Amino acid sequence: MESFALLLAATLNAGTVLAFASLGLLINERAGIVNLGAEGMMLVAAVAGYATAVHTGSDWIAFAGGAAAGALLAAAFGVLVIWLNTNQYATGLALSLFGAGFSAFVGIRYTQEKLSERPRFEIPFLSDIPLVGPALFRQHPMVYVAIALTVALAWFLYRSRAGLVLRSIGESPESAHALGYPVRRIRLLAVMVGGALCGVSGAYISVVYTPLWVEGMVAGKGWIALALTTFATWRPARVLLGAYLFGGVTMLQFHLQGEGVQIPSQFLTMMPYLATIIVLVLISRNATFIRVNMPASIGKPFFPGS
Amino acid sequence: MLKLEARPEASKVMSVMSPVLALAVTVVIGTVLFVLLGKDPMRGLYVFFVEPVKSVYALTELAVKATPLILIALGLAVCFRSNVWNIGAEGQFIVGGIAAAGVAMTADKETGRWIVALVLLAGVFGGMVWAGIVAFLRDRFNANEILVSLMLVYVADQVLGYMVYGPWKDPAGFNFPQTITFLKSTSVPKLFPGFRVNIGLILALIAVAAFWVLLFRTYAGFQLQVGGLAPAAARYAGFSSRRALWTALLLSGGMAGLAGALEVAGPLGQLTPYVPAGYGFAAIIVAYVGRLHPVGIVFSAILMSMFYIGGELAQSRLGLPKSLTGVFQGLLLFTLLACDTLIHYRVRWQAARPAPPKPAAAALVSTAAAATTERAA
Amino acid sequence: MGSITQDSLRLELVNISKQYPAVKANDSVNLRVEPGEIHAVLGENGAGKSTMMKMIYGAVRPDEGEIRWNGQAVNIRNPQEARALGISMVFQHFSLFDTLTAAENVWLGLDKSLTLAEVAQRMTKVEQEYGLEVDPQRPVHTLSVGERQRVEIVRALMTKPKCLILDEPTSVLTPQAVDKLFVVLRKLASEGTSILYISHKLDEIRALCHNCTVLRGGKVTGTVDPRLETNAGLSRLMIGAEPPQLQHIQARLGDVVLAVRGLTLPKEDHFGMNLSDIRFEVRAGEILGIAGVSGNGQQELMAALSGEDTRAPASSIHLFGKDISNHSPRRRRKEGLHFVPEERLGRGAVPTLSLAANTLLTRTEAVASSGWVRTKDVTTLAQELIRRFNVKTGGPDAAAKSLSGGNLQKFIVGREIHADPKLLIVSQPTWGVDVGAAAQIRGELLGLRDKGCALLIVSEELDELFEICDRLVVIAQGKVSPSVATSQATIEMIGEWMSGLWNKTVAKETDHAEA
Repeated sequence: MESFALLLAATLNAGTVLAFASLGLLINERAGIVNLGAEGMMLVAAVAGYATAVHTGSDWIAFAGGAAAGALLAAAFGVLVIWLNTNQYATGLALSLFGAGFSAFVGIRYTQEKLSERPRFEIPFLSDIPLVGPALFRQHPMVYVAIALTVALAWFLYRSRAGLVLRSIGESPESAHALGYPVRRIRLLAVMVGGALCGVSGAYISVVYTPLWVEGMVAGKGWIALALTTFATWRPARVLLGAYLFGGVTMLQFHLQGEGVQIPSQFLTMMPYLATIIVLVLISRNATFIRVNMPASIGKPFFPGS
Repeated sequence: MLKLEARPEASKVMSVMSPVLALAVTVVIGTVLFVLLGKDPMRGLYVFFVEPVKSVYALTELAVKATPLILIALGLAVCFRSNVWNIGAEGQFIVGGIAAAGVAMTADKETGRWIVALVLLAGVFGGMVWAGIVAFLRDRFNANEILVSLMLVYVADQVLGYMVYGPWKDPAGFNFPQTITFLKSTSVPKLFPGFRVNIGLILALIAVAAFWVLLFRTYAGFQLQVGGLAPAAARYAGFSSRRALWTALLLSGGMAGLAGALEVAGPLGQLTPYVPAGYGFAAIIVAYVGRLHPVGIVFSAILMSMFYIGGELAQSRLGLPKSLTGVFQGLLLFTLLACDTLIHYRVRWQAARPAPPKPAAAALVSTAAAATTERAA
Repeated sequence: MGSITQDSLRLELVNISKQYPAVKANDSVNLRVEPGEIHAVLGENGAGKSTMMKMIYGAVRPDEGEIRWNGQAVNIRNPQEARALGISMVFQHFSLFDTLTAAENVWLGLDKSLTLAEVAQRMTKVEQEYGLEVDPQRPVHTLSVGERQRVEIVRALMTKPKCLILDEPTSVLTPQAVDKLFVVLRKLASEGTSILYISHKLDEIRALCHNCTVLRGGKVTGTVDPRLETNAGLSRLMIGAEPPQLQHIQARLGDVVLAVRGLTLPKEDHFGMNLSDIRFEVRAGEILGIAGVSGNGQQELMAALSGEDTRAPASSIHLFGKDISNHSPRRRRKEGLHFVPEERLGRGAVPTLSLAANTLLTRTEAVASSGWVRTKDVTTLAQELIRRFNVKTGGPDAAAKSLSGGNLQKFIVGREIHADPKLLIVSQPTWGVDVGAAAQIRGELLGLRDKGCALLIVSEELDELFEICDRLVVIAQGKVSPSVATSQATIEMIGEWMSGLWNKTVAKETDHAEA
């Protein structure tokens, strides 16, 4: 039972990583821009966050540093894709490739550096409740921030006028432009916010989740986050649930290894990636369902002059 | 202020010049980077652009690096032209290497040189199977090929790890994760004694010609391209998008698998966890910088190889990290995409327009705005 | 009317010019609109009407000249400023968001300050006042094209515009709906709203408008009172000549070439239309026209006939007695069925490929059985098409997107006619094409029919169908009416049929017959 409680807690922790990134990607996809550079942004943000934590000793400034790194890279991507109309998929890929190289390059200096003693967060008494105590009350504050963010984002998208404008841009930037909305500026903002959240996720990985820096430590979570937005049909609440699901799968492999299950470790490590494929297959089977829920302008170039 | 103005027709000059311009920008940024790192920029540029072509030996090393890049990029060019986004060439490379290793390890002292052909074919087959999974899931379940092919890279990496740590580990290898060193008979024949370049180079050059013919002189190539340029037109013409999907993926998977087999049965001579050298991803950049054109790919592959070798030299000579290569490669693609805009757009200076009498206009708009608020109230 | 002083004008364009890289879209254009005036802007496709409107609406800035509103010079920098002045536009291609409700769409078109609920309330009031009923809570993708236009108009009206611009509003309406729209517009005008009515339909302009500015090649060729003009006179201003007359000879009918029976097809696209038990025939040597407001199943029917959609039930489509219901487009072409789609760039031709390469889409004579493409023969074919069909272009290597709409259409239609088809299906043959090219294309289609080919034409322009077709059917809500000889049909009757009411007419005729 104890180990199950810890598994649950670890699931929420791991899920938070994916949640931040995927919610950020949801925002820019709702505006019609798909950013395949998530992995690259998260890697650069991870090293930026780690470096910030090493130099300032403050985790919170580290998150800000990660967010800034993500937003900056996203802005470069955004200018290319929104104003120069470069191919969104290719540009995002370029960002991921660049991010991988750049983070490895910058991170060399920090591979041996250690962070200060990691604080423990827990709410007294409540965190001792059997089964759910650790999961619900012994978490890093960012876990709760992720949940709050989900709620706020859902409200924003479905109950506010600004959210309606964002959704309309995602559906038809031409119509929104004809109505006089500054489509390109709003899209850039969406891309940058998305990048900032991916950055927060990256910093969380290197500062909280596994507090160290290693080249390539994001290990595909950026790509999984991308898959998550499709899996969740672009709805914040579903994104959070999906993130926890994947977090659970990831944690399960450690749990199983710990239980001494006789499967070669490589097959356990494969699990999150296979799970992503399976989930993609399941959700994509109904093409109409996807098309109805997907922001119609995703991936397509927008020319305001025409 | 600067304005972008659409050209009536795409500029052919810029199509060729754009990669050159992108390279120039990358070099400039690189120079700045060298200075920031406290190294002599001229030495840095020398190491990247002169050393790799200085001697015959250097040129053959360039060829060794360029061969897998050319092979994989050719397949990816077909994919990208068909709007099939195969990002998992790295995984297909790995599986091709695994398949090739499997066949290579069946050789014994009596086996003749013919086994090399079998080894290479196994690589092609392995890559095709791995890419075939992506095609199947997209065809049957509409699953996005970008994400599936990418996930399969991670899976392939783990499978490789399993094989070299487990069933295929060399019992006499001091418990290192590696297979036996393959027998001499299985190794890919070298072109000249004393140099590492092998018949892979010949295969690559033949492939360049073959892919050129495919893309620009066959109806099948035409169909693939139309599928990528205008899917509705392809549907109108009756071109099968399903056939295009499978062709593109199997072709690129096979090429990546071949590259993997050549690497494993060639320079490496065994299977280790370090087989995935990132060629599958670098080939994406090679394909784009080469304009998705077989001849252009040769040039861009040479350029990218120079980055690789330059990076290694920079590490040994200048004490710079090898990951510099990755930075330059990523930067090159980024700047290329930006420069490509010039193919379809011109940059113009637009003088600020003379505004009509300001007070009247402002008063009018604010009166109208006030009136609107009044009406809406 | 009294003298027109500068101050009494609501909107004035003075020597407005706009230069684009390849063309001067507007050249020293002048426009004068009074309050309460319905002012037509007449011109064929490419004359510069939409550029002029974009400048009034704030989407584009003029290079030279002045725009005056109520006598004062203004600088309209974006649509919001135009709206603030009181200028509102109803677009030809609607700026609506399919997945949102009508009320949400209207809300987005207004400048803040109201809540969604308030917008829905006010919408209903406006709708009732002008007879433009639409349920505010319905998602737009469930609305018919006519209803969508009503949403656009209501959205414009809710800004209490002083000047309402309508861009080709009647292309999506039945003749009866056009009459209803005119009632709304006259009411607005009587209340003092100026209306700019952009159109190329001479009859409508003469019936509705008080004043008319004619554009040709970016310049104003005349400003007249259309009520005092004839169609010929307006046409002369619009294209510099009278509308070209086509030669008609009596149809010489042959065998049935295309027989469609029991064609029922569920929609493929979530936003599409189901086809329901469609039945009609086309004979050799005749032209059958399919009339109908867009969005009633034409796209789906065309896809089923061309082979882009192979799901038709077996035996529902026969060509010369052979069942082709599930054949691919390439197989149908081998049997003699050729098709010209309504979208030129992106479907009928690949924009970035050359004209020569574009012939390979449907013409494979230059392709050997091995798959090898003989590029020389491909170029020769393109040159032949350019010459024979009078396509104005740089040459066979010119990119398809570098051609004007009319010339590209001539090329595509020519490509299919030159293939010597037994059945030619054409969707919207002259949409967006200048008058000269349109006349040439219609002439070519008639020529093909005189040679014994069977033709099926889908068009939203009733005038065109009446001009070249021998028989007509109407498609409405995915169903097709019985056919009627063009000589025995009237615009009113077809208009009613476009609302699906053909049984009424048939019943009436049966009554008359029995009486």
